[in-house]
Amino acid sequence: MDVFRSKKMNRRTVTLGSAAAFAAITLAPGIKLAAQEAEDQLEVFSWWTAGSEAAGLDLLFAAFTAMAPDVEIINAAVAGGAGSNAQAALQTRLAGGDPPDSWQSHLAKELESRYVEPGYCEAIDDLWEEEGWGDVIPEGLAAQSTIGGSKYIIPVGVHRGNVVFFNKQVLADNGVEVAETISIDEFFTIADTLKAAGITALALGSKDGFETPQLFENILASRLGAEAYVGLWDGTTAWDGDEVKAACEDLVKVLGYVNEDHPALTWDGAMSKVMEGTAGFTSMGDWAYGNAVVAGVQDTIGYAAHPGTDGIFISVVDGFVLPVGAPHPNNARTWLKAVGSAEAQIAFAPNKGCIPARTDVDASTLNAYGQWSAADFADSAVVPSNAHGAAAAPKFQAAIGEACVNVLVSLDAASFQMELADAAAAAELGS
Amino acid sequence: MAAEVAIPPQHEIERAHKSRFDRAIGPLLLSPSVILLAIFVYGFIGTTIWISISNWDSAITDWSIADPWWKVYDALFHMTRFQINIRNTIVFTVFMLLFAVGLGLIFAILLDQHIPGNALFRNVFLFPYALSFVVTGVAWRWIFNPETGINVLIDTLGINWVLDKLGMGPFAPKWITDPRVIGDLGSIIPLPDIIKAQIGIPAAMIPVIIAAVWQLSGFAMAMYLSGLAAISDDVREAASLDGASMWQLYRDIIIPLLKPITISCLIILGHVSLKIFDLVYAMSGRGPGYATEVPGIFMFDKTFKVLEYNTGAAASVVMLFMVSLVIVPYLARSMKDV
Amino acid sequence: MATALGSPRKSENKKLGVGKTIGLIFLGIMLVFYLIPVYVMVVNGLKTADVVSFSRMWQLPSKLSLGGYGQAWDKLSPNVWSSVTLVVPATIISGFLGALNGYILSKWKFRGSDLLFTLMLFGMFIPYQSILIPLIKFLQSIGLYGNMAGLILVHVVYGLPFTTLIFRNYFANVPTELVEAATVDGAGLLQIFFQVMLPLSIPAFVVVGIFQFTNIWNEFLFGLTVITNPARQPITVALNNLSGSFSVEWNVVMAGAVLTALPTLLIYIVLGKYFVRGIMAGSVKG
Repeated sequence: MDVFRSKKMNRRTVTLGSAAAFAAITLAPGIKLAAQEAEDQLEVFSWWTAGSEAAGLDLLFAAFTAMAPDVEIINAAVAGGAGSNAQAALQTRLAGGDPPDSWQSHLAKELESRYVEPGYCEAIDDLWEEEGWGDVIPEGLAAQSTIGGSKYIIPVGVHRGNVVFFNKQVLADNGVEVAETISIDEFFTIADTLKAAGITALALGSKDGFETPQLFENILASRLGAEAYVGLWDGTTAWDGDEVKAACEDLVKVLGYVNEDHPALTWDGAMSKVMEGTAGFTSMGDWAYGNAVVAGVQDTIGYAAHPGTDGIFISVVDGFVLPVGAPHPNNARTWLKAVGSAEAQIAFAPNKGCIPARTDVDASTLNAYGQWSAADFADSAVVPSNAHGAAAAPKFQAAIGEACVNVLVSLDAASFQMELADAAAAAELGS
Repeated sequence: MAAEVAIPPQHEIERAHKSRFDRAIGPLLLSPSVILLAIFVYGFIGTTIWISISNWDSAITDWSIADPWWKVYDALFHMTRFQINIRNTIVFTVFMLLFAVGLGLIFAILLDQHIPGNALFRNVFLFPYALSFVVTGVAWRWIFNPETGINVLIDTLGINWVLDKLGMGPFAPKWITDPRVIGDLGSIIPLPDIIKAQIGIPAAMIPVIIAAVWQLSGFAMAMYLSGLAAISDDVREAASLDGASMWQLYRDIIIPLLKPITISCLIILGHVSLKIFDLVYAMSGRGPGYATEVPGIFMFDKTFKVLEYNTGAAASVVMLFMVSLVIVPYLARSMKDV
Repeated sequence: MATALGSPRKSENKKLGVGKTIGLIFLGIMLVFYLIPVYVMVVNGLKTADVVSFSRMWQLPSKLSLGGYGQAWDKLSPNVWSSVTLVVPATIISGFLGALNGYILSKWKFRGSDLLFTLMLFGMFIPYQSILIPLIKFLQSIGLYGNMAGLILVHVVYGLPFTTLIFRNYFANVPTELVEAATVDGAGLLQIFFQVMLPLSIPAFVVVGIFQFTNIWNEFLFGLTVITNPARQPITVALNNLSGSFSVEWNVVMAGAVLTALPTLLIYIVLGKYFVRGIMAGSVKG
């Protein structure tokens, strides 16, 4: 019996033991953390709970499982309110120091003000480096992923917000032909024809609070062009200027062609009207096309860029982040690598009805709409969406939402613009 | 009465028999509940008031006091949206009380008589009170959806066919999607400049009031029935001997006798309606042009969605203040009576 | 059930006069009105998904199907169990604490106890929005945020004013001589509570039980904000989510509403007498 050796072993045991005790005390919810790590899990938070979105999420999970087969995935998805319920739930979890391993966020302002500024997100520049994402993610998206010089998110799928969908049959019945692009004036001419025929020209659902701001930002883009539109969000384009005035007047004019029951409907109700043929057009993001696909009527639905926004791609981009204090940081990093991979993105996109954020993937598996969108994405000026949180901080976004609620009732373009200008001033853009 | 006189005042007995130990242990056993309520009610209210005068208006917690400290309240009361919220709360409260308490009284008086199916009526009128506001909201939301609900029924019943024959337009109200505000107080009497909201009755609020009356009138009926049961038959007989008609009996004698019940109903239902949240949230949300938004929803939106914690807190303090105006005198009076 | 609300006065004559006939017609119309939502919920829940459409909302189903209820149960059953695991402990704990409080506040009054009681009662009336932000912060700091134990604590604490009130009023009507006699026999405060008062207080427990069960089952705001995991949120929150998502068929939403309403409705039907007693007692003065 070697006394010396056994003593050494003892000392090591003691050291290990006290280190473990120290870790248990200092690492905040020590016991919980250890228990979960032992179970080897990955908790992912999103608001993809329904239909095709959930199916898309499952394919992302599958890509992760291929890389880490033994890890149990916890799907912490929260439904309702186009993500705003989920954001509220997530925000309280984060404030309480109980982050999931990763969560879904839009890029730019939402990422910045909700998650990066309060210190909830870890920079992932090293992952971008390792995985070579900088070479395959377009510059516009890379810029929207960067806050204060560091990358904080990996974009997964890209939606387009400025699309109009229309019922081909309804238009044909009324002798209307739609070219590949529609100008603002053409649209109003068509709208008059439909209105005269007793058909809702533009279906709108204004219940959820993001639909009207989205319609308005599409109109803003049509009047301002890409550059001035982007300037709205950094203070270089004046909100009290003539172009915004024209956009405000356009919105009020467009509201003259919408269905009366819009306050009771959300965007899908509006899309249903187009699919049923009780309305001609609806202006929505490309997720609306997914509803037509699910209903099996995609052949009757046509699409084009929102009138006057050809060459502009208002992007609604979903990505995933790495939290500070992730319960399973290694799994979280593996997850980000998985969702950033070409395989995962090309599997995800057709289900979610979006296009991959990576440009090096084979778009041929996308449906005709997806291919059209992908081609436009490559050629257009990619700009952020305010209605979906990327363009403005929550307060300014909310103020625009309030102005839109009011203009739906007042139908007064001048007071609408004044409200917007006041909100912009209060938001201290560009400072 | 006689027995009561024979017993010495209670505190003397207590001194005689209850041990000092037991008298000390009482407050001690009470203390867990007292401490919990002190923290959860008064401590938290204090904290909320602090937040409402702080600079905490983003995801980043900030306890520093705003400059000036009433900044948030100033902004809040200048906000058209919040003015609309307050208007909606008042309209909702006034009309809900009027109809819920009024119907409750009528039900109670009718059901205090011998009427066939008495028990059935009582039970049907009261059962909604046992439901969740969320269930009520979900059910009525579909009924008052203009394209799907009650308007379809009106059509089915042929009412619009008749109206059409009479040369009138169809009766198809827009219910919870109606953005109109009926009436404008500002055009009748001059209002302070600060008021930017149109002071009238938001049309979309009417269905919500109907749903609330449906749910809460049974409460008033039950209260009145117990009150009527307590009025002795002697009172009625004396009145009828005097030759008073049924109408006079109720107007001059019974309804005045029920005044304490009426006050209780107004206060209990009134404070429920001043802090209403679930019903509106589930039924109509903010409504067109905020026509059905109330401070409870505003608070939820500002706090959890926009992350303007100070604004949300200030709105909730306003709610607390409104409720306190009703409840504090009531509690003070109840305390005097005990 | 027939006696749930007492019975009509006996001295009236039984003949229907003109006034009563008008009254009866009025009551009949109101009865139909009060049953409209029940009709809509129950009937549409029984329709199959393919015949559910808004334009046929008022028609009876051509063929009966429990499919709506089956689907609603599939979607909502985790939340039903959440609500059960919430309601049962919260009701029992708040009821027991309320009994103890009510006993002390009625039979062992001390200087300032009436004021203390009134201050406690205030907690019953506050809008919960006014404590919500600190509450969430507090629950987070003690590690109870987002889980059922936290929500149970919340419902216990905010249920205390009501349970204390009911028991205090109930015990106030128990003759003080009973306590006196026991103290003369040498029983202490707790002994009297467990051996004399608790056995007497079954009716009060029933009232408190019914009301706490109903209140907590029906509650929405705390369930929405304290529990973040949708699968663990109480049934009312799940119902609201269900009705807000357009991917769910309408018959399922209506069936879900019926499921949510059923437990409290059953209590009302079976224990109506106590339910009414609770309404009276809850209006502070009792």
